[in-house]
Amino acid sequence: MLVIGGGAAALAAALEAAAAGARVRLLDAAPPPLLGGNTRHSRNFRYAHDAPNRYTPDAYPAAQFRADLLRASGGGADPRLLDTLVAQSRELPDWLLAQGVALQRPAQGPLPYSRRTAFFLGGGMAAVRALADRALALGVALMPGCRADALVRSGGCATAAQTAAGAMGAGAFVLACGGAHADPIRLARHWGQAAAGFINRGTPHVRGELLDWLLAAGAVAAGDRAGLYLVAVDARSPAADGGIVTRIRGMPLGIVVDCAGRRRHDEGADTASTRYARWGQRLAAYPAQTGWLVLDAAGLRAAPAALYPPIQAPSIAALAAATGVDAPGLAATVAAYNASIQPPADPLATADWCTVGLVPPKSAHARPIAEPPFAAYPMRPGVTFAHHGVAVDTRTRVAWADGGSVHNVFAAGMIMAANLIPQGYLSGLAVSISLVFGRIAGREAARAAGRAGGGAR
Amino acid sequence: MNAPAARVIDPAAAADGAETRRQLGICNICNYCNGLCAVFSAAERRHRLTPGDLDHLANLCHHCRSCLYDCQYAPPHAFAVNLPRALARQRWHSYARYAWPRALAGSFAGHGRRAGLLAVAVVLAFTLAVVLTVPAPTLFAAHAGPGAFYAVVPLSVMTAGAVLSLGFALFAIAVGVRRFWRTTAPAPRIAGPGRGAGGGALARAALDLLTLKHQSGGGPGCADLDHRPSRRRRRFHHALFYGFLLCLGATTVAALRHHMLGQPAPYPLLSAPVLLGTAGGIGMVVGCIGLLWLRRREDPAPTHPPSRGADVALTWLLLAVAATGLALLALRGTSAMGLLLAVHLGTVLALFVLLPYTKMVHGAYRAAALLRDAVERAGR
Repeated sequence: MLVIGGGAAALAAALEAAAAGARVRLLDAAPPPLLGGNTRHSRNFRYAHDAPNRYTPDAYPAAQFRADLLRASGGGADPRLLDTLVAQSRELPDWLLAQGVALQRPAQGPLPYSRRTAFFLGGGMAAVRALADRALALGVALMPGCRADALVRSGGCATAAQTAAGAMGAGAFVLACGGAHADPIRLARHWGQAAAGFINRGTPHVRGELLDWLLAAGAVAAGDRAGLYLVAVDARSPAADGGIVTRIRGMPLGIVVDCAGRRRHDEGADTASTRYARWGQRLAAYPAQTGWLVLDAAGLRAAPAALYPPIQAPSIAALAAATGVDAPGLAATVAAYNASIQPPADPLATADWCTVGLVPPKSAHARPIAEPPFAAYPMRPGVTFAHHGVAVDTRTRVAWADGGSVHNVFAAGMIMAANLIPQGYLSGLAVSISLVFGRIAGREAARAAGRAGGGAR
Repeated sequence: MNAPAARVIDPAAAADGAETRRQLGICNICNYCNGLCAVFSAAERRHRLTPGDLDHLANLCHHCRSCLYDCQYAPPHAFAVNLPRALARQRWHSYARYAWPRALAGSFAGHGRRAGLLAVAVVLAFTLAVVLTVPAPTLFAAHAGPGAFYAVVPLSVMTAGAVLSLGFALFAIAVGVRRFWRTTAPAPRIAGPGRGAGGGALARAALDLLTLKHQSGGGPGCADLDHRPSRRRRRFHHALFYGFLLCLGATTVAALRHHMLGQPAPYPLLSAPVLLGTAGGIGMVVGCIGLLWLRRREDPAPTHPPSRGADVALTWLLLAVAATGLALLALRGTSAMGLLLAVHLGTVLALFVLLPYTKMVHGAYRAAALLRDAVERAGR
């Protein structure tokens, strides 16, 4: 059987299929050092557990996992897939440990507190390497740097994949190659020119050829064709693969302006980690998809560390000149903002500072922008994943508009995650979806390949 | 307070500092690796990354290399984060920065070749001196009985050579560690309320040092040869380190027996000095050969070539000390004893003389960095 993709879903599928006795080849479009898809940039996975354990300091009951995902997805999660995900997420820590993946104990260096997720020791790269080592040990043929563009079908069966290395035949196929969000041309179909202003935070190899093939062949789509999970990142980030470190996080400590120097949103309203995605989505609507976080020296001191140094200037006018933001616009915005600030009864309660009469307001952390030097971070939306993919059932069989036309094609990972998250996100969810459905797809495909080939090896 | 750190030996070192700082700046935002060892949490505490901070972090690093293979920003990524190499380079330059007397810091240049050549020169010179001063009949006679060694090399020469060379080496290292300790002092805010090293911190640092706790990749093992977790380097280092301690123990016991009990060497096979020395010598040989084998087979990507060469030179010297010691023990009753004794004492002398100017200093700075780390953590 053939697994296409190289991230957590593909590796999990290959491992389960090989353990079931199938002869497995794994094709990944990325060259060897970049094997691992966007799992390379991951760190933790969400899983249900009824009691604290070595890796997670508190319980996370299944009912709560279910409720959290339903809320985050606006009620759009497929209920049967949701049940499967939550139930089988329980097995993930033990399964990963059995494959040789190390998990980090909270005592081993400060982890962000999370009772919902467990962390890979060394992050997603370490997990990818351990899973790939295990796959090699089980006899899986890893073929990185080999892109598959389409499947070849014959009646109700897929018989081969068209790849850079020619047609590759197999008895069953697991498509675990992600969505289509790294391809600017595909993004432009739904976002028009704005797509050119997006930065891809993940692997550049998730280009959606096979998702396109599936949908053209009559598979049922899932999620929102234009839906992207966007996060505010530094506009100077590399075009792809910037990962976790390019995020800009200090919005509550300053103001965010567009190229005309205008504020558009309340920077103080959201100080939780949800603000990253909120600002990513907002920036997509800014002219040239660019906004600037403007801070004064005090705000900059309090802001979290950032990858690139901010653009700094001794005055607001000089800052406008250095950033290209409209100078009169920025000066007027800063003046109006500073004039509208209402200090709270206790001036030391920094969160309680807010503006009065300003539109849009800044409802918290509204400290004056007064202490030079002034600083600005240019920001753009960073594409993290797409809320669009292919519909599957709980056995990861691709759903077809005519009710079942290609029966040996399975899909796992971000290519089918939109069934569960047609919108929104929860931390650690992508890896959990990938591992749970990757494992199912591997077992199902091994069985299908066994039937096709007249029995397993 | 960081004035000493501002002294920079050469512009290349300053450039290295900038590169180390750049990479650690990325680590401090990402932080995925903070379960691997103590470096990442310490870098977060010392986020200003002053030159002293960089030297502290470089010497806290045990070069386990896991963080290269676990890094999403490792080459070919544009961010080109290769922290094991950056810290190895920073560490290597730090040895020269803190060396005393400063004029001898040059021994850290040139891929370890200078130290290696110097070691060979010391061994040859000492052996030659013995050959030239000891009459051939004495040198090539098969001695036996108490005081046999001293017929070849007089006890006074042996004692004076050991005390002077080792004494100077320990003094020089102490001066270097003092400089290091002052330069790498944390900002007062990090140091915590009790700025001294309490008993708890001392015990913790000692345990971390003696178990090489941070040479474990956070549990599964280090990237000794490639990305796969392995415990080989740690085990070989233990064999070498504890073998070395056993040999020191053997020498100490022998000195006590000689001076307190009036029993001069050589000692019988089933005596404490011989048993300790044999076990220690075998440990050192196994450790050295293992480490040299790893050096030959390892992925060079996370290593820093100049310090790697020096490392290999030092390992050969330690191997020579242990192997000649074991050979001397095996052949002490034969006519080869005289020459073997000269060569063995020559290697020991070379090791002592070069102690402060080779990678041997890593143990002292590592201990200091671990102690500082334990104090900082206790202060949190």
